[in-house]
Amino acid sequence: MTPAAPTSPGHRARRFKPDRDVAEWHGAYRPYDLVKEFLIALVVVVIVVTGLAVIFSSPDDTPVTVKSWSAASPVDFAQTAAAELDGSSGTATYGPPYNATTGASQSILGVSPQSFFGVHHPIDTANDYVLAPLRTLPDRPAVQAAVDRYTTAPASQQAAWTAAYEKAVAKADASHGALVVPPGAYGPVGTLVSSLTAMARSGALDGALLSSRQFYGTDYTKPLLFIADGTYLADKAQGQHLSGDQWGMMNETGSFPGQAWLWLYTLWYQVAPINTSANADFQVWALMMGLTLILALLPFIPGLRSIPRWTRVYRLIWRQHYRDLASGPAS
Amino acid sequence: MSIDTGPPAEAVIESPVADPIETPDEAAADRPEDAGQWSARLRHSAVGALPPERLMPDRQPAYVASWIYVFGVLTLSALAVVILTGIALSVMGPQWWHVSSTGLFVNSLHLWSVEVFFFTMIIHLWGKFFMAAWRGKRRATWITGVVSFVVSVGAAFTGYLSQQNFDAQWISTQAKDGINSTGAGAIFNVTNFGQMLMWHIVLLPLVVVALVGLHVLLVRLRGVVPPFAPPDQTDVVGPDPGPLSADPSSGHSTTPSVAANGERP
Repeated sequence: MTPAAPTSPGHRARRFKPDRDVAEWHGAYRPYDLVKEFLIALVVVVIVVTGLAVIFSSPDDTPVTVKSWSAASPVDFAQTAAAELDGSSGTATYGPPYNATTGASQSILGVSPQSFFGVHHPIDTANDYVLAPLRTLPDRPAVQAAVDRYTTAPASQQAAWTAAYEKAVAKADASHGALVVPPGAYGPVGTLVSSLTAMARSGALDGALLSSRQFYGTDYTKPLLFIADGTYLADKAQGQHLSGDQWGMMNETGSFPGQAWLWLYTLWYQVAPINTSANADFQVWALMMGLTLILALLPFIPGLRSIPRWTRVYRLIWRQHYRDLASGPAS
Repeated sequence: MSIDTGPPAEAVIESPVADPIETPDEAAADRPEDAGQWSARLRHSAVGALPPERLMPDRQPAYVASWIYVFGVLTLSALAVVILTGIALSVMGPQWWHVSSTGLFVNSLHLWSVEVFFFTMIIHLWGKFFMAAWRGKRRATWITGVVSFVVSVGAAFTGYLSQQNFDAQWISTQAKDGINSTGAGAIFNVTNFGQMLMWHIVLLPLVVVALVGLHVLLVRLRGVVPPFAPPDQTDVVGPDPGPLSADPSSGHSTTPSVAANGERP
């Protein structure tokens, strides 16, 4: 190693590190028209993008509505409505930010930001998805009586009714369009769910579930979570190879490319033990945030910042430069 | 009766109004008492750091001779198409492309420009990684590039959430779990279409454009990273990095931090 060179005051001598420092360029410069390069690149991109748009267009599959769901899969709709009523659905047991279900928040080593931030979009599934919409039908005394009977009953009675209904609806017949549930001791729940189904089929439930209390609304949290609590949406997504175990994050409906850049994010969901963990989402996010931080701070991390020099891919990129160096001093 | 025809033409030409307009630099040079003015100091700092010949150079070091360099400018071009097609979609509103064949075509341009944007950006990122492009005081350039990529992922994600179709429904109901698990779901509600649309067309594009602009300025400020030096030129001891100097003949930055001969250039 060459001894330290004399340094001026305030400047500390340090060793050249090839993964941090550069040698001064004393070689030749050549004409390089940046504006011309940009305009040519722009034209090329426009041509490529236009060609892709003309040939492949873009996907636009019709969204699922509560109306279309209840018509296409009435048993699933009825089972979901009963689960919302008895508080056993995915949304009802989700935890923050929708409700305060104990033990539902994800955590790592006892740290749970989900619990810390708490409930911000409160959803009471029994009331928001079933009882409140049915209360908007004041001209249906039988429905209002069923709602009154259910809401004034003890919790144990409510649970017995919904359990009996869920058992019966599993054997329901919807082959002729209408939902026919075998008789059982489910009290007013049968009336509640059949009325809600009728409301859904008319399209009225879609509007009733919109979160906004104003004329204009853009928050679809409640109807989306309601639809997602059923199996209809997931089955449809499975058919479009969009589910998590199908690397769905990278896919689009049809055969269109999706967010392929999320390949690493979706990879972790396929890997044990994350793929079976109850805290998988938080683990994957923590992992990705850590990896992103490492990528951003790569220039400061010894070892990792040396990978480019070790792999020598740069010899391919600057092959002409190294050829020139080998053939003689830089001009 | 005589008629006053006014001053001769020569007098008009000699009017003070016709004097050449002073350039800002000349004005500052003429008025040293303004040197402490914030505007003057900002201008001097900006022009000092990025003089026109460095901001818009017409020459590059000879080692800038690989197809990999094209992917940076291709990324910028694709971003321009993404923004232009996004503006076109914004003009007609979010429902337009669902009911109009023209709208669907513009949406297709928008979608495919996003795909091209990410394709070229990721190749650019890998290329810069294998060049170790953070060397020579270019760490901020690398970091702004990585952060631009991450924010672009967010911008694209909110775009997918704003589609108002089955895909948006599925993505939002799946993505909520990851975002809620971090606690961010308290304020960033992926099932709120209005909120996601605002993030997609206002907030995140502003951040992406600002970051990409800063990234490009840093590239111009520091120049294109030189190749790895041969081993016999690197085992030297030199002073700490000094202030950046420019090669006036080329308009390019040189990095005096560690010269091959161990002395400050």
